[in-house]
Amino acid sequence: MELLEGEKEVIISQVSEILGKHKHNCENLVPMLQEVQNQLGYVPELAMEMIADSLEVPAVAVYSIVTFYNQLRLNPPGDHQIRVCMGTACHMIGGQIILNSFERRLQIEEGETTEDRKFSLERVACVGCCAIAPVVVIDDLVDGKVTPTRVDGILLSFENSNNNEGKKEQEQKPVERGEGQE
Amino acid sequence: MNKKISITIDGKEISAEEGRELLWVALENDIFIPNLCALKEKDRPSASCRLCFVEIEGFPRPVTSCTQPVTEGMVVNTRSPEVDRLVGTAFELLLSDHRLGCSKCPKNKACALQRIAKERKLKLKPKRLDKFEKDTPIDDSTDLFVLDRNRCVLCGRCIWADRHIARVGAIGFSQRGIKRKVSTFGDKLLKDSPCIECGECVEVCPVGALVFKKDYGK
Ligand code: SF4
Ligand code: FES
Repeated sequence: MELLEGEKEVIISQVSEILGKHKHNCENLVPMLQEVQNQLGYVPELAMEMIADSLEVPAVAVYSIVTFYNQLRLNPPGDHQIRVCMGTACHMIGGQIILNSFERRLQIEEGETTEDRKFSLERVACVGCCAIAPVVVIDDLVDGKVTPTRVDGILLSFENSNNNEGKKEQEQKPVERGEGQE
Repeated sequence: MNKKISITIDGKEISAEEGRELLWVALENDIFIPNLCALKEKDRPSASCRLCFVEIEGFPRPVTSCTQPVTEGMVVNTRSPEVDRLVGTAFELLLSDHRLGCSKCPKNKACALQRIAKERKLKLKPKRLDKFEKDTPIDDSTDLFVLDRNRCVLCGRCIWADRHIARVGAIGFSQRGIKRKVSTFGDKLLKDSPCIECGECVEVCPVGALVFKKDYGK
């Protein structure tokens, strides 16, 4: 994933700080990665390279660990985080179809974030409401009995609400300016 | 050098160096035990392929011979119904997501899987499990060799060679479970990784996953 402006500097300063707090040995690798994720929301490649350097191991060795744990993310969380349930009930009733629909619509794969960083897509194992399977959790909102058409609807509602927000801002601006001029 | 001891494998009396791993003692004496992940030079066997099980008298259950040091008077049987069941299942699991097409594979006739199947009368196309076709793109970005992950059995030998023989650190395992695979950092192509194209990993691959380009299409 391409880094945004200024992101590189933030990563370097945060990771350097974390590296400064720990002894550079392999037992501290996972705690360091967890802290990186806490600070940055994910574990960027640059962070992995910096940590690998300090531990004197190949970067791919750190990559092995990061991809092993579900807890650690390779991509920044999107503005909206979509979690598709793959617990037993959701799996049986076709959770995979829902996940595939999101993947197709957003043109990313599970675990990835869209280029504009608006959406990130993840799978989770049982969110605890199997009766309404298949379940999708968007940010803090639980949506049940989801169908591929509903997937389109969910994404469309975000596009609309974003447009509305955009419009509101535009409408408000002249007013503000008006007030300012008086 | 350690002291010489005497052990029995499949009724054959064998003299061996005390403390060596049973797998190597057997293989050096022309007794075949299936194996994929073991390398003589490794200090610590990873014991991940689960194919080298044997029965040892006095042991409650089969053990992996690549991790078992030999001791004086040890009596070993390389086959038993229990061993065959364990090895058979592990082999089935390995083959369930392994791309076959042996006639088109550069490793045909020199492949460890073919050898194991032949020695133990196991099928290369197990019926009990559904086939899982991985269909990952082949990495032929280097000038020297090709990495076809669809044929990889995840033995880890290439990664060991990369770290301990070549001392490069270009490859490692990533992900876990069914997604586990040999990767470069950030899943880049080999040509964009620190790989120096020394070919050490290709030398140790027991199957057709890492193959020199010159052997392709032979
Ligand atoms: S590429 Fe070959 S040596 Fe490497 S893990 Fe796969 S099967 Fe083993
Ligand atoms: S050779 Fe013993 S487990 Fe692989």
